[in-house]
Amino acid sequence: MPEPLLSIENLRTWFHGPAGTARAVDGVSLAINPGETVGLVGESGCGKSVTALSILRLVRPPGRIEAGSRILFEGRDLLALSEREMRAVRGNRIAMVFQEPMTALNPVFTVGDQVAEVARIHAGASRRDAWTQAVAMLDRVGIPAPDERARDYPHQLSGGMRQRVMIAMALMMRPALLIADEPTTALDVTIQAQILELLAELQRESGTSVLLITHDLGVVAEQVSRVVVMYGGEVVEQAPVAEIFARPQHPYTQGLLAAMPALGDTRERLQTIPGTVPAPTAWPAGCRFHDRCSLAWERCGAEHPGIHAISDVHASRCHLAVEPQRRAAATTT
Amino acid sequence: MPATSLAAIRHELTRPRRAAAPLGTAAGTRAALAALIVLGVIAIVGPYLWHYRPTAQLDIVALKSTAPSWNHPLGTDRFSRDVLARVLFGTRISLAIAILAVLVSATVGTTYGVVAGYAGGWIDAVLMRLIDALLSVPRVLLLIAVLALWNPVPLWGLILLIGLTGWFGVARQVRAQALAVRDRDFATAARALGAPPWLVAWRHVLPNVLSPVIIATTLAVGDVIVLEAGLSFLGIGAREPMPSLGTMFQDAVAQSVTAWWAVFSPGIVIVVIVMAFNTLGDALRDALDPRQLPGHAMHEHPEPVDA
Repeated sequence: MPEPLLSIENLRTWFHGPAGTARAVDGVSLAINPGETVGLVGESGCGKSVTALSILRLVRPPGRIEAGSRILFEGRDLLALSEREMRAVRGNRIAMVFQEPMTALNPVFTVGDQVAEVARIHAGASRRDAWTQAVAMLDRVGIPAPDERARDYPHQLSGGMRQRVMIAMALMMRPALLIADEPTTALDVTIQAQILELLAELQRESGTSVLLITHDLGVVAEQVSRVVVMYGGEVVEQAPVAEIFARPQHPYTQGLLAAMPALGDTRERLQTIPGTVPAPTAWPAGCRFHDRCSLAWERCGAEHPGIHAISDVHASRCHLAVEPQRRAAATTT
Repeated sequence: MPATSLAAIRHELTRPRRAAAPLGTAAGTRAALAALIVLGVIAIVGPYLWHYRPTAQLDIVALKSTAPSWNHPLGTDRFSRDVLARVLFGTRISLAIAILAVLVSATVGTTYGVVAGYAGGWIDAVLMRLIDALLSVPRVLLLIAVLALWNPVPLWGLILLIGLTGWFGVARQVRAQALAVRDRDFATAARALGAPPWLVAWRHVLPNVLSPVIIATTLAVGDVIVLEAGLSFLGIGAREPMPSLGTMFQDAVAQSVTAWWAVFSPGIVIVVIVMAFNTLGDALRDALDPRQLPGHAMHEHPEPVDA
């Protein structure tokens, strides 16, 4: 087993508001190996994006990464770095692509200028060198006539083109880790496929690790090698992608998969998971999913389940892992 | 009757709303721009085009308060000085004071607002309470008090004093915008790419908060022209014999019945300057609606390049 590139241990990012403490990320542990693509999956509000922002230490007050959290990256604990050292990591060793290409580019500068800015920050490149590199990078992400497009302002480009620009900015310094936070959610379906294909291709070329945040299991199936499912600020299940689709263990993962349409699906209605994600200021006692879970019993409301290994590579945060007979009982009744 | 009022309501609801007209299409705006260009030219080259000097007392006996004539198209004042020469020069002085003072206000206010809005937290709280305190002092009284002690005040002193008492409103507006802009996606994206705070503030926040500054600054020029005229009228602004529009007005107002031309000319110029800047400011407000940030307007644009 190689040394992981990124290893998050017991990450807790809490927001201390007047209405109470929102435990948005509450004890997340996960690892990403060099060159690996990991999918981070879950509903809105489960803590995916806050996890991503925590890795880059971009959580704004009143949000705070609590003591005891560790984020090991290339052998260093990012949480122990100074702000200055951290800036040398951001955009350089770890880069991020945001969900909304419409708003993630500054409307008052040309896109070439904004891509070039990255090289100016990290490589201290001259204005002219940075511009040349930016045009080359725009070419690499498949933007036609890059030297002309570089002089365009963001509003002159389509959503797909803008997302390519964001990817160009993120990959400019050849980072070891790329965090893509719902990179295709805001795009048309046809463009989504192109952007995902581009990401996969660039990853094959450069060997960058990718943390792909999404709520779209279809995207996960095609893109990632391993899946981490989050619920209520916690990791509830993780396994290789084939294993997740073939043998999901956690009732929440099963619910997500059942809610997904499949080709040749004859169901009249897609299945849904009843209820909504509870507020992070008041996670339910016991298992955080128990009041939405059709398999829950008394133990689930009383005792918070730990992570149970199903196999070497598969783990689930569910009491069913230690009482599997419960599952059989629930399905027969 | 109900039918007609219904029709009227329907008409009101469906009639096309006046879209924000591009700057310079409305007749009023064009007139204002034209007036400002003329006044600007007058301020810069006017004094060289007219052969009388604004401070020359030509003939204190024969030319005292003479009515407009060929030789003196706007007449002479009670010290036998040529009013046209004084208006040309006074326009330069008044516009210079107003524009420079407003630039001082805009610079200080914008910097202050960006720092407060971007820093947030206790820095923001302290800076904003300070503004509240400063705003509670009436500007004119403060200026009168300071100018009474600093007498005679040089021109640069007057500019600084007016400028440094006029930035509180701008700072507040900029701070509110900066607070919103610093958490917008592109600012977060810039931080995620490793941009240091000063760079995020300078490149990503500042350019996106300038619309209200431009509007407020344009409108403020008119206010400052009036303020300077008022201070001069009270005898604590620009000093005689240097003609600002306000000092001319003050100087001539006592003879306004017998020598109306000496009051009338600077008065008209003040009115034209103020109206022109106010009209332009309103037009800018329409064109750069501060509630509509640049990033939000982009969905209305055609998207010519496809992925």
